[in-house]
Amino acid sequence: MPVIDLATTPLRELNQALHDAAAPGHNDTEFEVLNPKGAHAVAVGVAAPVSIEVKGSVGYYCGGMNEQASITVHGSAGPGVAENMMSGTVVIKGDASQYAGATGRGGLLVIEGNAASRCGISMKGINIVVRGNIGHMSAFMAQSGNLVVLGDAGDALGDSLYEARLFVRGAVKSLGADCIAKEMRPEHLELLEGLLAEAGITDVKPQEFTRYGSARTLYNFNIDNADAY
Amino acid sequence: MCGIVGLFLKDRGLEPQLGALLSGMLVTMTDRGPDSAGIAIYGTPEAGRAKITVQSAEPGAVFPGLQAELAEASGGSATVAVKSTHAVISLDADKVAPVRAALAAMPGLKVMGAGEAVEIFKEVGLPKDVIARFEIAKMTGSHGIGHTRMATESAVTTMGAHPFSTGADQCLVHNGSLSNHNGLRRVLRQKGMTFETENDTEVAAAYLTAEMAGGKNLGQALEGALDDLDGFFTFVVGTKSGFGVVRDPIACKPAVMAETDQYVAFGSEYRALANLPGIETARVWEPEPATVYFWEH
Repeated sequence: MPVIDLATTPLRELNQALHDAAAPGHNDTEFEVLNPKGAHAVAVGVAAPVSIEVKGSVGYYCGGMNEQASITVHGSAGPGVAENMMSGTVVIKGDASQYAGATGRGGLLVIEGNAASRCGISMKGINIVVRGNIGHMSAFMAQSGNLVVLGDAGDALGDSLYEARLFVRGAVKSLGADCIAKEMRPEHLELLEGLLAEAGITDVKPQEFTRYGSARTLYNFNIDNADAY
Repeated sequence: MCGIVGLFLKDRGLEPQLGALLSGMLVTMTDRGPDSAGIAIYGTPEAGRAKITVQSAEPGAVFPGLQAELAEASGGSATVAVKSTHAVISLDADKVAPVRAALAAMPGLKVMGAGEAVEIFKEVGLPKDVIARFEIAKMTGSHGIGHTRMATESAVTTMGAHPFSTGADQCLVHNGSLSNHNGLRRVLRQKGMTFETENDTEVAAAYLTAEMAGGKNLGQALEGALDDLDGFFTFVVGTKSGFGVVRDPIACKPAVMAETDQYVAFGSEYRALANLPGIETARVWEPEPATVYFWEH
């Protein structure tokens, strides 16, 4: 198993080695990254079914654009973790800073601590599971995918939401424009059960969550609002 | 962008390392802003004495005669220690007002800050060069703040660099940009505050100075800033005995804090904190939006 120590190896060498793993003839499937010390862009753009264990905290954009890889950060992550992820899994053992999982198109992002503001902003198909709380303006303009929060959500959750589903177990400080609580139907309980299992969470039940989604009142221009423009 | 750092020591045993620790933190933040850099260090106050840090673009011409020129205004109490483009004037505390009046009349000199504890050094250039020029890494102290600048609101000049100091032993560093600084500057001028630059951050510093002069403590003044300042900001503020942090309600300017039994540390990014002693077991968190944090000795 390749062990890459960022105290002695430039970041570009790490990311190049991870990119090379997708090429034919490369057999390494497990990587370990030491001494990240908050470095930016750790394991960005990986496009192979490899497993990457990062031993420490990372800075901006860790796991960005991930495709297929399983990335675990044994620490906290800076802004934009797993931004625009396509597939695969990113697990953050600590906290995540702002806009975790932004614009993600697929895959699973698990944050075992708290996520800061704008978690899941403009998400487009990614699944995000946060064991702690999330900050304000989370899931802003979220288009599809699922955001699961075991703790509380901050102000303006789901503002201008499209078709993403939001499941919050704790309190929501306030809902954003056009975001409403919705009925939890059997298909949602089933979906949530699957997401929790995938995230390795066994101590909470789907019934403990409230589902939030779009009221769909912003989808079309309402002529009665013309005076506002 | 800009990078800001701060370190408030709880363990006096670390005081000899304050300059070195803060220097390392600031150099790590270089790529957040390479235009200028500055640092404020709070040393141990000496009873009855005060310090004024001054800067000159022509130190070789201005500083050699400075002590003699200030002899009358300071009652013979002033001594001058030159560090590159800056000089720290040490004087009897009751002579600060006449000496500042004398300094104001001298062409080519700018006052960076004054107080019983604080020394402020800032210049255009990379943090590593600014730190080397002023030998910051050798400095001892109880707390300090630093800034590396990517200018947005005013020119890249020594006076536009942070920290900004607008009151005795007070200083502030800022990541962000204010949008109501021109109006607020007019209001503060009416209250008697004076300004050296057109910079937005200087207005924030002067606002806090005016609020504290009105009887608020640092925490209360920072609460007021949340209502009265419009724009983007993460501030780190130092006073003689205190250290405060506040972020605007949108909180898009990054901030990470760490606390151990030995210190409270602030960085724009975790990278700035990664080499501090005991960071592996520190409580590390992101300060909440619109929430005031402050510590006092």
